[in-house]
Amino acid sequence: MALTEERPLALPSGDVETDYSPTGVFTRPTANTGWRSWITTVDHKKIGIMYGATAILFLIIGGLEALLIRLQLWSPNGTLLSADLYNQVYTMHGTTMVFLVVMPIGAAFANYLMPLQIGARDVAFPRINAFSFWVYAFAGIFINTSWFLGGAADGGWFMYAPNSGVVFSPTHGIDFWNIGLLIAGIASLTGAVNLIVTVLNMRAPGMTLMRMPVFTWMTLVTQFLLLFAIPVLTSAQVLLLMDRAYDANFFNVAKGANPLLWEHLFWVFGHPEVYLMILPAFGLVSEMLPTFARKPIFGYPFIVFSGVAIGFMGWGVWAHHMFVSGIGPISVTTFSLTTMFIAVPTGVKILNWTATMWGGKLRFTAPMLFSIGLVTMFTIGGLSGVMHSVAPMDTQQTDTYFIVAHFHYVLFGGAFFGFMGAFYFYWPKAFGYMLNETLGKTNFWLMLLGFNLTFAPMHVLGLQGMSRRIYTYSAGYGFEVWNKVATVGAFILASSVALFIFNIFYSKAKAKNLPPVGADPWDARTIEWMTPSPVPAYNFDPIPTVTRVDEFWYRKYGETKDGKLVRIAKTEDVVQKRTDGKGIHLPSPSYWPIVVAFGLPIVGYGIIYSLWLALIGGIIVVGGIYGWVMEPPDDPDLAHDDDHGPESHSSSDGAAHEVASESESSTQAKEVETVV
Amino acid sequence: MSETLTSRPSLAEADAHQAGAHIDHDTNTGISNTKLGMWLFLASECLLFGGLITTYLLYRRPLEGPTPEDIFDIPFTSVSSFVLLMSSLTMVLAVSAIERREHQRMRVWLGATALLGAVFIAGQIYEFTAFVREGLGFTTSRFSSAFYTLTGFHGVHVTIGIIMLVSLVLLSMRGKLPEHRSETVEIVGLYWHFVDVVWVVIFAVVYLIP
Repeated sequence: MALTEERPLALPSGDVETDYSPTGVFTRPTANTGWRSWITTVDHKKIGIMYGATAILFLIIGGLEALLIRLQLWSPNGTLLSADLYNQVYTMHGTTMVFLVVMPIGAAFANYLMPLQIGARDVAFPRINAFSFWVYAFAGIFINTSWFLGGAADGGWFMYAPNSGVVFSPTHGIDFWNIGLLIAGIASLTGAVNLIVTVLNMRAPGMTLMRMPVFTWMTLVTQFLLLFAIPVLTSAQVLLLMDRAYDANFFNVAKGANPLLWEHLFWVFGHPEVYLMILPAFGLVSEMLPTFARKPIFGYPFIVFSGVAIGFMGWGVWAHHMFVSGIGPISVTTFSLTTMFIAVPTGVKILNWTATMWGGKLRFTAPMLFSIGLVTMFTIGGLSGVMHSVAPMDTQQTDTYFIVAHFHYVLFGGAFFGFMGAFYFYWPKAFGYMLNETLGKTNFWLMLLGFNLTFAPMHVLGLQGMSRRIYTYSAGYGFEVWNKVATVGAFILASSVALFIFNIFYSKAKAKNLPPVGADPWDARTIEWMTPSPVPAYNFDPIPTVTRVDEFWYRKYGETKDGKLVRIAKTEDVVQKRTDGKGIHLPSPSYWPIVVAFGLPIVGYGIIYSLWLALIGGIIVVGGIYGWVMEPPDDPDLAHDDDHGPESHSSSDGAAHEVASESESSTQAKEVETVV
Repeated sequence: MSETLTSRPSLAEADAHQAGAHIDHDTNTGISNTKLGMWLFLASECLLFGGLITTYLLYRRPLEGPTPEDIFDIPFTSVSSFVLLMSSLTMVLAVSAIERREHQRMRVWLGATALLGAVFIAGQIYEFTAFVREGLGFTTSRFSSAFYTLTGFHGVHVTIGIIMLVSLVLLSMRGKLPEHRSETVEIVGLYWHFVDVVWVVIFAVVYLIP
């Protein structure tokens, strides 16, 4: 990844900084380049890039696990993996892809784009933002260290009880999984609070809720889902932790425990979870399709409200994961109906995207191809999803490869295709150079081919009765051919991801000989494209005032009386110039987020191995929090020096202070107090 | 541009002169970021306690060992619950004191709140030890596991609240809690009231409902 991007100064003014150490532990970090600037940054753009880079590393790990699964199933009676190792590999494949790849890529885009789309300087709590990232990164590493410490978790990513108990899984794998995801939950929760507050509180002048770009809307819905879904998983995992570490009886059937408790709690979290994985991609596609169709999104309020409706209805369908668990006919019927209903808002989105493209001047760029790929592949996955809502049919399909095919079509064909398109779309904005289009299109077609070769045959395998999570199969059931096709497809899929990573470095090398990419390479619609590429630390100077949806587009284009599109201004005149950022007040970097985050996995190891270690981790966490609280969010030596100086930009003052409002800003609390 | 176009001010430079460009330190909702953040966190906490309360309701009838009727000492827990509820009153008085710039008074009320919380925790520790003596260990039955986890989790929340209150008192004594940061006290107060309200629910569900 191009992490050593040349960036303008992260700190606002040309002032010489003086050392300031409120607790006497750390000197306030001042580096703007180099590794130190990355580990101490509170810039939402750098944090977004780090989320994306880390997620791609975990994508490689999860992808290798997938390839191991496919190699094992290449032929009947495969011997590459033992049954036990196979259990660990598919468990970690699912866990990695869900919690360490798809969710964080959504967080990467939310972090990078959402503040730009609403015209903010940064998120509401910049240090907590950094904390969320580091907690996620350490949690991911923590979970994966289980491979070297006696074996990984082996109960499936849903970790059903009582199979997850010490009796049935005596290694520490499930402990690592459980504690690691508890820690990752802290990252999701703090991130959700942070991003929701940002959307609700920090919009640019004129940016009303119904003028927000669709991706920002979907981020808002996603973060609300996280806010309410993560604590349910946390409560279930606390019960599991108590059972495994302290012999409690929550899932001990001998003492009258009910294993369905775990299933309910897990899926009350788990179904909103699938929507919070897909909605960010829906938002990204809603940005890309109008750009490349050169038309406004069809039915903006419908797109927004169907996303909100999915957010609400996603809470009422969880038991369709449990149709065969014996929950009774009334429950099955109810959840059957709600599941059918939730297809409606999803279908509205598909129709709106199609209507957006209809009659547009389509440009089939790489991001556009991936977007169309999402619409079509997700539709296939959605249709098999509607099949699952019919309980008798679902009973036949439960625990077969048909289910595996379904959720890969919605999560890979849906979410991941959207993310790939958005990587190509937003790459020039984030890094200042375009990814190669020819390689990008090749990447798309390879991925589409590999994806369908891998997962379409699983529909057939499932209907033929091949079970999920079985490490091998006997010859003679007719499974051989389709398994071979799927394995070939998986390697094509892997090569397409490899091509994407190659494209990053190839395009960066080639970009040296090309003219710099402008602020608006795609002729796009929303205000994040008004910023220079790559985006300067201060984002906007000045903050734009928003008057309608697709503000940027209508600064470039107007309409004649008969509705024809006419350019009214040159792009170069509309976009913002790179300034020195003088007078713009930005939050100062800090060491404390990474310190506090570092303590959490140590507590985790402590719970597993020795409480003394937990004590050390706890001291780091608590001490870190005190250091954090004692450190002002803004370096006081920098504050207010030139805020109101002659060169200050009138509109930037206010936003800068909003950024400064994290916990104990020097001026804001009082001002708000009087307002309240 | 031609006047046939529905043209609008199109230059970025115009933004600085827009009427709404002066945000004036205010947020879109009028609620400060930290307070809104705390409200959202508390909303999330509702689901966390919701999961644990649900678990308790499912497991409140043990297959073996003491039953709730055998061990609960409702008059004792009622008194400690009353102590915790009174701490909400002192918390309100503390917030009111700093808004009137009475720092010494605020420290007294914050200290009183922390003390009342500590009395509640002491009561809980006493109760737990008494229950263990009567044969209700953490691993005794499904009821015991659910009871200790739910009430213990709440106890941890109260303890964190006490730590925050004591920290506020210490900050204030070192002069690091001036009036313009009085919202910090209010936000800690929000957390404290939430923990109290959750206890009202837990007390009703665990101790009072037969």
